[in-house]
Formats: sequence, C-alpha cells, structure tokens
Amino acid sequence: MSGVDFGHRVAIIRGRGMSLRIHRRAVLVSLLFAVATVAVSLVTLATGDFELGLDRVIGALLGRETGIVHLVVMEWRMPRVVAAIVFGAALAVSGAIFQSITRNPLGSPDVMGFSTGAYTGALVAIVFGGGSFVVTATGSLVGGLLTAALVYLFAYRRGVQGFRLIIVGIGIGAMLESVNSWLILRSKLEVVRTAAIWGAGSLGGVRWEQVLPAIIVVVALLCFGIAAARRLSAMELGDDAASALGVNVNRSRLLLVLLGVSLTALVTAVTGPIVFLALAAPQIARRLSRSSGVALLPSAAIGAFLLAACDLVGQRLFAPLAIPVGIITVTVGGAYLVWLLVHEIRRTV
Amino acid sequence: MSALTAEAITVGYDSRVVLGDLTVEIPDGGFTAIIGPNACGKSTLLRALSRLIVPTSGRVILDGRSIRDYPATVVARRLGLLPQTSIAPDGITVAELVARGRFPHQGLLRQWSAADEKAVAEAMAATSVTELSGLRVDELSGGQRQRVWIAMVLAQQTELLLLDEPTTFLDIAHQVDVMELCRELNESGRTVVVVLHDLNQAARYATHLVVMDRGTIVATGTPAEVITEQLVREVFGLPCLVIQDPESGTPMIVPRVRR
Repeated sequence: MSGVDFGHRVAIIRGRGMSLRIHRRAVLVSLLFAVATVAVSLVTLATGDFELGLDRVIGALLGRETGIVHLVVMEWRMPRVVAAIVFGAALAVSGAIFQSITRNPLGSPDVMGFSTGAYTGALVAIVFGGGSFVVTATGSLVGGLLTAALVYLFAYRRGVQGFRLIIVGIGIGAMLESVNSWLILRSKLEVVRTAAIWGAGSLGGVRWEQVLPAIIVVVALLCFGIAAARRLSAMELGDDAASALGVNVNRSRLLLVLLGVSLTALVTAVTGPIVFLALAAPQIARRLSRSSGVALLPSAAIGAFLLAACDLVGQRLFAPLAIPVGIITVTVGGAYLVWLLVHEIRRTV
Repeated sequence: MSALTAEAITVGYDSRVVLGDLTVEIPDGGFTAIIGPNACGKSTLLRALSRLIVPTSGRVILDGRSIRDYPATVVARRLGLLPQTSIAPDGITVAELVARGRFPHQGLLRQWSAADEKAVAEAMAATSVTELSGLRVDELSGGQRQRVWIAMVLAQQTELLLLDEPTTFLDIAHQVDVMELCRELNESGRTVVVVLHDLNQAARYATHLVVMDRGTIVATGTPAEVITEQLVREVFGLPCLVIQDPESGTPMIVPRVRR
C-alpha cells in the first residue's frame, strides 16, 4: 500500500532501479476489455459462411488443424481480427493523444480534419494513380500527414494552442470535404465506385501481406505513445507549468501531433476512414477508469474492443450482406457525438 | 555571485520591448519580492529567470553557467516555478497533482520511487494539504487550491522557488496564509522569489525588493531602504504616506485622500 492517499486505489511495484505506480481501476478496466476483446474475436473467428465450433477455432489457433479449417481461421479471418484489435487500439490512442494536447474532448483526428485529409489523399491516388492498394494507401498516408502539417502551420503563433488546433482543423477539414466532393463528381463511374468502397472504411478483404507491415509500424508507434504518456500528463497542467517541470513543450507537442497523425493515417491507409472511434474511446476510458487526464492503456483496450465488436456486428447484422465497419462506427459514434455536444453545452451554459 | 542572476537581458514580443537591458541578482537564501505597476515586465522577468522565455540578448546565469546550457530537467531540479495560470486536469486528486511535480526526477522505468513518495508526502505536509490528499482539486476552495499548487512545486525539491502572483484571486485571509507559507519555506532554507501586487505584503514579508517600471529595474534593496513616498509616487503615480507597520515594523503605504 502507498503512504500517500491518492483518492483511489493504487498498486506500487518497485524493483531494481525501476518503480511504477498503477491506478488499479484503470488496469482493471483495461483487463476487462482485453478479455472482452478476446471473446469477441473468438466469435468472429468461428462465425461466417463457414461455421466452426469453438474447439476447432482454438485447435486452429494452437496449430492442431490443417486444411480448410486452418485456412479459414488463420489465413482468412485472423488478419481481419488482428487488424481490428491493433487498429482499434491505434485510433483510440491517437484520439487520447489529441484530446490530451488540446485539453478538449472534441480534439480528435476525425474532428480535426486529418481523416478527411487522408481520404483526399486516397481519392487523388484513386483518380490519378489507378487505385491499387499500395497507391491508395500511400495517397492516404501522405494526405493525412500533409493535412496535419497544414493545420499545424495555420494554428502556429509563437507555439500552438490546443483550441486553435481544433478550430483550424475543423475549417481545413470542411474545405477538404468539398475538394473530396469535387474529385468524386468529376470522375468516371468505376472510379467513383472504388472511391466509395474505400471511403466507407472496411476491414473486409485485408490479407496478411497488406496488414502485417502496417501492424508492425502501428505497434512500434503505440510503444512510443506509451513512452510519451509521462510528458502528456505534465503538459496537461498548462504550457508554463510543463516547461517549468522540464518538458520542452513545443517540441514535445510537435512530436505527439506527428505520432497521433501517423497512427490515424496508417490505419486509414489500410482500411479507409473509420471515424468516431478516436473520439469516443478515450472518453469512455476516462469515465470508466475515473482517471484524470490521459488514460492511454484503457483507451487502447476499449478502442480494440469497440472496433472488434463493431466489425463483428457489421459482418453478422444483415448476414450474408456485410456492412463496412466504418458505417457501424459512424452510427454508434454519431449518437455519442450528439450526446457529447449536448453535455458540453449544458456544462458551459 | 548569487546562484541566480540575469545579465543585461532584453526580452521583446514582436518588436515591443518588454525588458530592456536588465541586470538583477537574486540573493541566495533570501525572500525576494518583485513589485511594480501593471505591465512593467514583472512576470516576464520571472519567466526569463525560469527559462520559460529566451532573452533576445543577454543571459540568465544559474550556478555560474548560462541557464540554456543545462538540460531542461536539470534546471527543473534546481528551480521550481508556480506560473500565473496552471490547469488542473478534470477530476484530478490532490495527491495526483502534487505527484506530477516529481516529473524531473522520474524516468520511463522510474515512475514512483520511495524518494518520490517521500517528497510528495513532505510537500503536502509543508503546505498542510495532507488531509485533502484524496479529494478532487476542483472541489477545493481557491485558497486550498493554491496551497496544492505550491505543494506541486515543492515536490520538485528545488532550492530556488519562483512564484508568479500567488495571492491574486484570493481573499485577504488566504493571501496572508500563502505569504506566511512562503516565509516558512524561505526560513527552511529555500531562496524564494515572488511577484506581488500588494506593496504592503511585499514590504512585510520580503527581505529583498526589486522594483520595476517599464521593463527596467528602478530600485533594489531591503524594504526599509526602498519603500519611500517619492518612489511610490514616481513608479506608481500614487501620492502616499509611508508609516511603520504597527505589527511588523516594516514600511507601510497609506494612499493619500484625493479631493
């Protein structure tokens, strides 16, 4: 037990040269959602056109199955399940980083126009570059990063303030929205179809060779994110207090923006825009774990669960017709956004 | 030479000069109050001394070397600053906030050592907020909240303590509370520098005054040396009497009645 009363239960781990203070409730929430994610994933692995018993799924996971069962579980369904978990966590951590930097629950990459920018990049790639997977993904990545650079540049005035980032981001996002419409209107029908499929945001059809590189990079970025959490919690005290504590605020913020955008843009590059997850997951995490400020670990766990669950719902709801997961998250997240706006207005008025 | 000095520093925002060629020495172990009219550059000086802004010319010297030569966390272990505006994250508890002051002493793998725990407990005890430890900061009164912020800076365990207008927005009793706390901290061996608005409080608690006007220093010395009717009239444009504080014997300003 700790000698200091933090107002919530903490666990302290100390060893040679290392020490950790753990917010017990936050870890509990994370574990709970991790277990739920595994459960949802097992169901996803078992269901579909080719129904399997849980024993056979587990057998396939342990490498005891061969032939068609191995193929269905490990080659067809597994990439999708792993992608949902890793990408869900990535989007949620990206959202948590932006909400911490802007100190605002609306500060998320989709509200700030980065997802729209990634879509613009992908559209340009589809219209002018043919629309193969690699070209689209590259276009989306470049689009997301360029949009972030633009937002950062316009919001910069002797450093960057969180709220200005949001306002400038919303503005640039709205402009890019119209660029997207224009790009679609002037295109041929089959191009429009490709763009629409990509634009719905889907995990369908992802293969190991597509997602594996993205997953490796995303996991590396997530590790950076966890390492940056300390800085984030110092920066939540305001720029002056954080500088006084020894944080190089402007450099840290630039790096964190870059990290957050990269996470979102990478996911978008592979799946198309999956919006609202980055907005909702960190707030759900905060409320459930009752932690102050950023809660990266619970956010990641809840993000993974939400995307895995939404994807399962999308696959099963009108089976055999599959709905892209992006449409499910828009529906769920849209309702959340309305609630959030009403809540925020009540608080300020 | 003192541990903390500013050598001919000039600070400007967009072509407007805020501090012009200013030199000041902060006496070691003293209680320095920086006073002066609004917008004279008091806070800017404090921010420059604590490395928050970079002077366009001149330099701030910490322990004999330019403050820019040190890594940021090394400075943060020598010098603590309570800024004028800080933000308490939603729902944060007192102990969590105070614990964030340990940042410069921690690392990726060293996040809550026995030393951290001791420093946080001591900081809360010194500011009498141990009882509030588990409460949420947004539930506290203004006076309690200011003590918590001071505890956060104390948890940094720095010898130098810089506070930017710590009494603003507090009622009179809490102002006195905070000033008494600053005096205790000074008496326990820390060098304290405070930006203040209230001249009588500055004269009563500080051992050393720095008087500023329009970006330069116009007087330094003990309150008895510095606070005169002439100085207050010239710097603040206020006709006044200077009498002896009946409680502490320090100079006390009584503005004249205008008719």
